[in-house]
Amino acid sequence: MALLEVTNLHAGIDGKEILRGVDLAVKAGEVHAIMGPNGSGKSTLAYVFAGKNGYEPTAGEVRFDGKDLFEMEPDERAAAGLFLAFQYPLEIPGVATMTFLRTALNAQRKKRGAPELSTPDFIKRVREVARNLGVDQEMLRRAVNVGFSGGEKKRNEVLQMALLEPRLAVLDETDSGLDIDALKIVADGVNRLRSPQRAFLVITHYQRLLNYIVPDVVHVLSRGRIVKTGGKELALELEARGYAEYQEEAVA
Amino acid sequence: MTDVKVIKTAAETTLANAFAEARARLPGDDAIAAQREAAFELFAKEGLPHRRIEEWKYTDLRALMREAKPLAGAPDAAARERAKTAGALLGDVETRRLVFVDGVFVAELSDLSGLERGLQIGSLAAALAEGDPTVLGHLGKLAPARDVAVALNTAFMGDGAVIRIGAGATIERPLHLLFVASQKPAATFARSLVVAAPGARAMIIEGYEGPAGSEYQVNSALEMVVGDRAHVDLVKIITEGADALHVSTLAAAVAANARFNAFTFTLGGAVIRNQMFLNFDGEDTVAGIRGATLLKDRQHADTTLFANHIAAGCQSREVFKAVLDDDAHGVFQGRIVVRRGAQKTDAKMMTRALLLSERAEADNKPELEIFADDVQCGHGATAGALDEELKFYLMARGIPAAEAEGLLIQAFLGEAIDGIEHAGLREALMERVAAWLKARG
Repeated sequence: MALLEVTNLHAGIDGKEILRGVDLAVKAGEVHAIMGPNGSGKSTLAYVFAGKNGYEPTAGEVRFDGKDLFEMEPDERAAAGLFLAFQYPLEIPGVATMTFLRTALNAQRKKRGAPELSTPDFIKRVREVARNLGVDQEMLRRAVNVGFSGGEKKRNEVLQMALLEPRLAVLDETDSGLDIDALKIVADGVNRLRSPQRAFLVITHYQRLLNYIVPDVVHVLSRGRIVKTGGKELALELEARGYAEYQEEAVA
Repeated sequence: MTDVKVIKTAAETTLANAFAEARARLPGDDAIAAQREAAFELFAKEGLPHRRIEEWKYTDLRALMREAKPLAGAPDAAARERAKTAGALLGDVETRRLVFVDGVFVAELSDLSGLERGLQIGSLAAALAEGDPTVLGHLGKLAPARDVAVALNTAFMGDGAVIRIGAGATIERPLHLLFVASQKPAATFARSLVVAAPGARAMIIEGYEGPAGSEYQVNSALEMVVGDRAHVDLVKIITEGADALHVSTLAAAVAANARFNAFTFTLGGAVIRNQMFLNFDGEDTVAGIRGATLLKDRQHADTTLFANHIAAGCQSREVFKAVLDDDAHGVFQGRIVVRRGAQKTDAKMMTRALLLSERAEADNKPELEIFADDVQCGHGATAGALDEELKFYLMARGIPAAEAEGLLIQAFLGEAIDGIEHAGLREALMERVAAWLKARG
């Protein structure tokens, strides 16, 4: 059985339907890319998975590891192993990065019935993860994302991912606002986390990111539906020809 | 103009009777007695402050104080015993404790041993009885006589702390004035005086606590002189019992090149009025006036600040944060006045309220009055709910809703609490905040 099973998912914001019957299955170990034009519902899909307020599913179902995702609060989804890397990571003045990371990690461990990490063990763990990702220790001393550049914020998302070790990571336009060097660093961080137990759903408008995070499957999302599925070559095709034909197809 | 005969409330009548009965045995010489009489006369004329008095608009004492409790009298043995465990909030912060039970100084619970050089500690009752010239010279000079709460305090003041810090003396251990109420529903009127001579350095913690279930009434006032180049930190911790009525006043005169920090932590009490009257009399002082308030149930707390910039070149920062849950009502009135001669004043006031319930209410009234033409002044006020986007971000990382809210609330208050220079005290207050959040569930 797939780790993530999406069946005929309909969802919207403020009563406006944006997802109009999404079907998707992602198995452990796979990397799926979801590509599509602006307004096709990519970010809505990410928020519906993570459980953001106001993004209401109206029909269909999503099973994560066999469990009904919509029965779970956002924090329970995270503890079950779902991670959303935000397109626009938020700044949280006054909350120290280390406090944030420790609270998150221990809350997840607690929910899974694992013992909380002691402060020294936790610090060791974070330092190690930061070192592997080339994240400056200085970043850990600041308030969450406060004063971070766009690249630093995305790198911080990858750091959180590496620390929390999710089973499915949803990357929402992680490439947006990154120059090529920052993009490589972030992609490298993601690639280090690829494993047979872990799946990725990479949401992107451009093919560029997929040069560095090479997907197993590529889906085209248009007007709230997946209109085409193929291998990694589909991304190159889209880059060359644009989304125009899929937009028409979805209308038809 | 015809005289309007004001009908006295029950509380006002009780206070009048109490004064008539007690005036002869209250401490002090004829001059003090005259001061008491004048103060009481003001009260007799004005009555309890009510909503038509602008400064008391949001805290109508005439309505909120339905009855006046009898004067407390000397604390009994049981009250003294309970006072031993008071002040636990400070945890392992090392202080020199000065304990007042029902407004009366209790020497055997206080630490008067090995006073640092330059430090003198006494009780107001003793100072008034002896006619201490320093005390007589300062008492009533700083607190505004026209304020009725101050007038009541002046009329009834029985005891309090008298602290003198000599020129250039550095007092390492914070002085902890701990005002503890006993179980009896009584009224106390403590009056304290702190005189920090030029170049002195000290930290004063002024704590108030008492039992829940007793409708006791506290009216406390502290007058403070901060000399040239002195550095004084004052931290007031209001954790009264759930049914208490607390009115307290700080009146300070800050001289040239001084540093003065005042922080108020407001958490306990049914009705709380915390008022501050600050005069920046000397040039080039740096002041930080901050506060953190946490209220729930039907608590009402009013912080009223009057910062009077008289001399040139002073900097003041005012940061007040309030977290309001359930049906709580938080009030902040802040008035900064910059006098004609106070050129180069740099004053910035920010007040923010965080509403955790739709029924909670915040009234923010920042005011600036500027009579000088070369100043940098500003103020801001906001009131709003927790940021749902931030909460979602935290929850998306696995942090449960209550804990996510707690982190954001701590961060919100942190901006004010971080202004306290004493690290141990900062931590103690943050721990109290965490406990408050935990009780909220």
